[in-house]
Amino acid sequence: MPEQVLRPDPSLALLLRPKWLTARARAMTNERGRTARFGMLAAVGLGFWAFIFTLLYKLLVYFRGVPELGPFLAGKLLGLILIGFFSLLLLSNIITALSSFFLARDLDLLVAGPVDWLTLYGAKLLETGVNASWMVVLMGIPMFAAYGVAYQGGWAFPLIVLAVFLPFLVVPAVVGSAITLILVNVFPARRTRDILSVIAVLAAGGIVLLFRIVRPERLARPEGFRSLVEFVTILRTPTSPFLPSEWVQKTVLGWLNHRPDWLPLYLLWSTAAAAFVLGALLHRALYATGFSKAQESAQRWVRGSSTTGLGHRLLSPLGILRRELVLKELRLFFRDTTQWSQLILLAVLVVVYVFNIKYLPLKGEGITFFLVNVIPFLNLVLAGFVLASIAARFIFPSVSLEGRTLWLLRSSPMPVKDLLWAKFWVGTTPLLLLALGIVGVTNALLQVSDFMFAVSVMTITFMTLALCGMALGFGTLFPQFETENAAQIPTSFGGLMFMIASVCLIAAVIVLEARPVYGYLSSQFYNTPADPREMVIGFGLAIALCVAATVIPIGIARRRLEAVER
Amino acid sequence: MISLRRLTKRYGSFTAVDAIDLEVPKGELFGFLGPNGAGKTTTLRMIAGILKPTGGEISIAGVDIGRDPIGAKMRLGFIPDRPFIYEKLTGAEFLRFVAGLYDQEGAEVEHRARELLALFDLEEWRDELVESYSHGMRQKLIISSAFVHRPEVIVVDEPMVGLDPKAARILKDLFREYTHRGHTIMMSTHTLEVAETLCDRVAIIAKGTIRACGTMAELRQSADAGTQGLEQIFLRLTGENAARELVDVLDA
Repeated sequence: MPEQVLRPDPSLALLLRPKWLTARARAMTNERGRTARFGMLAAVGLGFWAFIFTLLYKLLVYFRGVPELGPFLAGKLLGLILIGFFSLLLLSNIITALSSFFLARDLDLLVAGPVDWLTLYGAKLLETGVNASWMVVLMGIPMFAAYGVAYQGGWAFPLIVLAVFLPFLVVPAVVGSAITLILVNVFPARRTRDILSVIAVLAAGGIVLLFRIVRPERLARPEGFRSLVEFVTILRTPTSPFLPSEWVQKTVLGWLNHRPDWLPLYLLWSTAAAAFVLGALLHRALYATGFSKAQESAQRWVRGSSTTGLGHRLLSPLGILRRELVLKELRLFFRDTTQWSQLILLAVLVVVYVFNIKYLPLKGEGITFFLVNVIPFLNLVLAGFVLASIAARFIFPSVSLEGRTLWLLRSSPMPVKDLLWAKFWVGTTPLLLLALGIVGVTNALLQVSDFMFAVSVMTITFMTLALCGMALGFGTLFPQFETENAAQIPTSFGGLMFMIASVCLIAAVIVLEARPVYGYLSSQFYNTPADPREMVIGFGLAIALCVAATVIPIGIARRRLEAVER
Repeated sequence: MISLRRLTKRYGSFTAVDAIDLEVPKGELFGFLGPNGAGKTTTLRMIAGILKPTGGEISIAGVDIGRDPIGAKMRLGFIPDRPFIYEKLTGAEFLRFVAGLYDQEGAEVEHRARELLALFDLEEWRDELVESYSHGMRQKLIISSAFVHRPEVIVVDEPMVGLDPKAARILKDLFREYTHRGHTIMMSTHTLEVAETLCDRVAIIAKGTIRACGTMAELRQSADAGTQGLEQIFLRLTGENAARELVDVLDA
């Protein structure tokens, strides 16, 4: 008869302790420049909060001044934001649950250990919820603050928000984890990750597109609508009395309008509790099978195709080393679903951008010759931002993604500059084509003059080269070698620094070119000769700046990468 | 073929490798032994050009790696202890890529790649993404990649980790045959039996310094170990007392 052994029962706190200790150790690290980094992040974060708060507060104050429609508009806006939050939370929880419940490195230890299923579920659900919700919570703070201040919610308002927001976070965490659990039981985990990344990107793209097509900026000008019916139709948001976002909206608005309604709050808490119980039961029934399936790797065969042969032929003038580097970059990119699925987001970004240009009011009263010509020039600023954000997504992470394979590149006789330039051209070529496409299409929509067309094409070409060079440079200076998720790299501190530097570069180029462009437009308008020296100096300096911003960061990156010891 | 002179590596105040001198001649299979944290991997990664020495010199086939890193690396193949490779390349593509890094391509490379994959039973997996390979299969692929460009010198860190007995045997034969053809291999290992039967000479490193270096007979002599095996010599030279610790642990 087997001897009775003491059955240990590790607590939830014990399971969460390594996460807490890791976070604490990370916070205590004595890294060089940490204070500056923290200060910069705090400043940007506070700036973002202030911006959201001010924008929303002004809008709510304006709504308060609109009789009858005002409270309705404020409520609709809150409903729109909350339903957006709910969709975001659900999506984010589904994706995060896959990592925390099925792919995390600590799972072998926990699943093999004498850990009770409910404790494991609780620990992983909490981990999923925190990782998936922190961004929504941060966005929610200035939003609720604006409502509280504009409608004088009083000292108890933060408590009300806390009471409604906690169950509001629990429901999508439980539902998202349950969806992932079911998906993993149907598909292998790696395949599920691919499917989820495509779904996530499609959903995010869909939300952005819908938001733009509704054109919410029209809400601020109700007088512009032909009738009240049309206005209300625009406001119709996809909602239901059974959605938790609706309950949050009702509780919050009830409190702010001094007509507290406690039923929605009760519904929120009871639904969260019921969801947790049902989620736990589902976990007990399906987790063991799902976890076992998640250990299976995908059997994916890649047969040599005609495109490989074509690539070899096309790239053969580069020589063996550079050709193989470029081919490797292309293969890694197109075989990584999490990377290329972002192309869909990119397409959405471009469509939204062109859509915005199409609806610019460039005809009618008060539209001068200068305005018509200045807008295409300023269009370069927007195009620059779009390109910078794309470079942050695709080029910035490329050196970080070499982290685990640096041993191979460093021990081989390959010069580091060849690797960097291969990465530069693989990233820059499609971006340059896209940039020229955007500028070409938007210029055609804006019907710009030949001069402005030439200026736009030249500027965007050099600006694209500079932004890509900087993305590579900053990506090497602030590498994230240990990360397993490429999508998180652009949101790091280095990514933020790159975006700030990009904004500075775009501003500098526009400032340098503003004088010659103004000079040319004046000469056209007043029929006076333009000063060629102004053109040479302005455009020459802008080009020189862009060339420097391309070459210098890559040079710095080369030295940095040569010094990396891994 | 491999020459280390006063090679030193410091991390802050900690000295991982302390002014070691070593000569590994052409055609030799050289073993590098030592307890965990002794400085083996650091030394091998400096020879492979991944880590920069704090002091001293390394030359590969007469080429100083500090002065001409590309020239030295052209003659070298490196097999790391952890098999991290591009997950989204197939086995065949990875070998082709590594050959490309050494400016090699064509029918000869394709032939070598096929032969190496067949040797390690990876032929059926050649067109499958590396992400679906097991740990041992990845290790075999990395070993193949070090041979695909036919370097004069191969530096290997823990070659047997993750290999099945058949692959381990193949690797031993491959190493032996490669050195018989005039190439040089320097490897670190914890498997003393492998070092004892395979290596022409062995160095034992502890706390960053070389405690002994030579053939098995020379090591026995220097450790005053009579006819004892490498394990006893190793323990004596590195100051380990496994038996006492074991009793202490079990009694605790």
